[in-house]
Amino acid sequence: MNRKIAPPIKDAVEFDLKLKPYDKYVLKNGVELYAVNAGAEEVIQVEWVFFAGNSFEKKHMVASATNFLLKSGTSQKSAFAINELVDYYGASLARTCYNETASITLHSLTKHLPKLLPLIRELLTDAIFPEEEILLFQQNNRQRLEVNLKKNDFVANRLIDEYLYGFEHPYGSYSRFEDLAGLTREDLVAFYDQYYRNGKCILFVAGKLPPNIMELLDTAIGDLPLQGGPVEYPTHTIHPAGEKKYRISNDPNGVQGAIRIARDFPNRHHPDFFGAQVLNALFGGFFGSRLMNNIREDKGYTYGIYSYLQNHIQRSAWMISTEAGKEVSEATIEEVYNEMALLREELVDEEELLLVRNYLMGSTLGDLDGPFHIIGRWKNIVLNGLSEDYFYQSIRTIKTIQPEELQQLARKYLQPEDFYELVVI
Amino acid sequence: MIQFSRFVLPNGLRVLVHEDNSTPMAVVNVLYDVGARDEDPNRTGFAHLFEHLMFGGSINIPEYDDELQKAGGENNAYTTNDLTNYYCQLPSANIETAFWLESDRMLSLAFSKKSLDVQRKVVCEEFKEHYINRPYGDIWFKMREMAYEQHPYRWMTIGKELKHVEEASLDDVKKFFRKHYNPANAILVVAGNVVTEQVYELAIKWFGDIPAGEKYNRNLPQEVEQQEARRLDITADVPVDALLKTWHMPSRLDPDYYVADLITDILGSGASSRLYQSLVKEKQLFTNIDCYHFGSTDAGLICVDGKLVKGVRLEDAELAVQAQLDLLIREGVSVMELEKVKNKTESTMAFEDMSVMNRAASLAYYELLGDANLMNTELERYNSVTADQLVELSRKLFEEKNSHTLFYRSK
Repeated sequence: MNRKIAPPIKDAVEFDLKLKPYDKYVLKNGVELYAVNAGAEEVIQVEWVFFAGNSFEKKHMVASATNFLLKSGTSQKSAFAINELVDYYGASLARTCYNETASITLHSLTKHLPKLLPLIRELLTDAIFPEEEILLFQQNNRQRLEVNLKKNDFVANRLIDEYLYGFEHPYGSYSRFEDLAGLTREDLVAFYDQYYRNGKCILFVAGKLPPNIMELLDTAIGDLPLQGGPVEYPTHTIHPAGEKKYRISNDPNGVQGAIRIARDFPNRHHPDFFGAQVLNALFGGFFGSRLMNNIREDKGYTYGIYSYLQNHIQRSAWMISTEAGKEVSEATIEEVYNEMALLREELVDEEELLLVRNYLMGSTLGDLDGPFHIIGRWKNIVLNGLSEDYFYQSIRTIKTIQPEELQQLARKYLQPEDFYELVVI
Repeated sequence: MIQFSRFVLPNGLRVLVHEDNSTPMAVVNVLYDVGARDEDPNRTGFAHLFEHLMFGGSINIPEYDDELQKAGGENNAYTTNDLTNYYCQLPSANIETAFWLESDRMLSLAFSKKSLDVQRKVVCEEFKEHYINRPYGDIWFKMREMAYEQHPYRWMTIGKELKHVEEASLDDVKKFFRKHYNPANAILVVAGNVVTEQVYELAIKWFGDIPAGEKYNRNLPQEVEQQEARRLDITADVPVDALLKTWHMPSRLDPDYYVADLITDILGSGASSRLYQSLVKEKQLFTNIDCYHFGSTDAGLICVDGKLVKGVRLEDAELAVQAQLDLLIREGVSVMELEKVKNKTESTMAFEDMSVMNRAASLAYYELLGDANLMNTELERYNSVTADQLVELSRKLFEEKNSHTLFYRSK
């Protein structure tokens, strides 16, 4: 045995990846249900996706406040009674508000599902948004915001989105003290009525499903005035900032700069999206990327640096994000641009490209582990309105993209003058 | 029930295998029995810095990460006060790559000067990112120093101060490696789409000829029983006041550990927990409050940790927390409340066990504690806890003389 020689490997590009198909049902009221029945543990995840994200609000923060306060009381149950019921069954009921959608996600042992569904029904028909819960929400969030505004990374994340999209665009807006203070019960009740109680909804269910899952859900919500069918997303105009470079002083004792470098990018329907994902991996998308190798592993400027494509439905952005020592922040930015230049000027060699291909295939394979990950992939495809072949197209690109195509993409998109550049110290 | 096989190589390496053919992946998890508690008080942060150096090349393989990524694998590692754990996941067809990589770095590192120079800087940036450049970032440094006078839980895994990390020398690195990184002090767990006999053969092939090394015998200074309450009152540039209060709790293998764990759930985990309901929702003294512990192997700390509503005095907030503890001691818990936290424990375990990676790490950890099969008997232990035990232990734990109180005031 010679320890200097690697054991033979099967290149991950040779793996035949399969995305387990979903089962689809339609409830009596037309709501669509996507289900993946898999896994060994007796657990289940049910996600109600409503088209109730902040793109639909007329007033800042109404969508996220409505979503958060969904379980703050019904005419029958106090917030405490709701929480106690969920906790009693060892379940969790999460709420999340995105730009287009807002979700309620239930995680529970499969055996307890029938006990919990009536509660969900109650929340979807009879949430009352008690005044005192709204006041508490405002007070606690105001203080949380005060703490967060002391964090350079938090401030940087807000500002870079505002530069890219403009504050009045849902992707560029963020919570301010005045928006929080201006929320009223009427705002929430009206938003709830339109976008939840009578809203459009899609269900995603995964885990070890009971055989009567369809019946359980139909009984729970199949007679509610929810709607299925296609959704039109409201369009908002983008107002990108004119100025490209920003240096913001936030913390007089700061020892690190929060660096964000970003440009706009089309959404997943654009033909360049697949290739850009491979180029992004090579550039800064994983631990073995060029940015990480140069800026962390060679120079030690940062604990970590990553690039990624933002996960938005209507349009995206290409973002580089890191926290680097205050005195090396500018040098870090220079190195980011140097790496862009290398990608534009030189073809990636076969060995490095194979490594990236194998990494992407391996991590995709690992990420298909378990029902929750599989339904997550399908949810992405459904909500973005992508073709069912999307997953396989993406795999094909990983396996076959050539160095020349990657270089063309770099020339097209990795031009420093197109990027916003921000350091918050 | 998690099935596994166990065998010990002649050099002392413990090997555990857990087969799960429902996944195309395999996980290789190597746990070393060394954590921040094993450090020299003048060289803190070393176990964690060392973890970074484990990726800086081994004796025969210059680039750990590249080789793993080529095989379609991903990896990471973490260091706690108790242990250091390395894990990678890769397509099971390529599992031998993980054996090759892990055995080579157990055999010997390359001890590269460049890697040390760079990782010292990287760890300093990690230190800044998590503990300096953020509000309340130093709160646990202060609490640990107050709560522990003897035991090395006195310092954080990242180290007491930046200087300790900056001063680490290549000689320190070599000594640390010889002392802690050898088969006698390691546990290898292989899980996922694997066959036990095949893992056994690979383990012998790749790890069998690594010299056993010396078994490290831990002999840590222990705390003497605390006789009076400790308090600290500090002011910093933060927007709101914070209260952090802790009490010494039983060690991981003490039967009372399970009781203490359920006490933290009753008090402060979840939106229906007592502290949240009474102090955030009803009395509106805190904007958030939690009760938790770290699951430390040696005797750890139960913590109550919250941020105050502006205008509320820290003294009043502390009294209100105390009133909740007194209530628990005086009136105990209802049958339903006890069932609730037991149900939650059952559910948490089921969700954790969904991932092969978690199962592998748990097996390694329980093996380190002395018996991997503990993983299968944990739920029973929780379920056998009684309401009387909860009250009895609460009375003992929450004694004022066992406490440490930190007022973190806004300037």
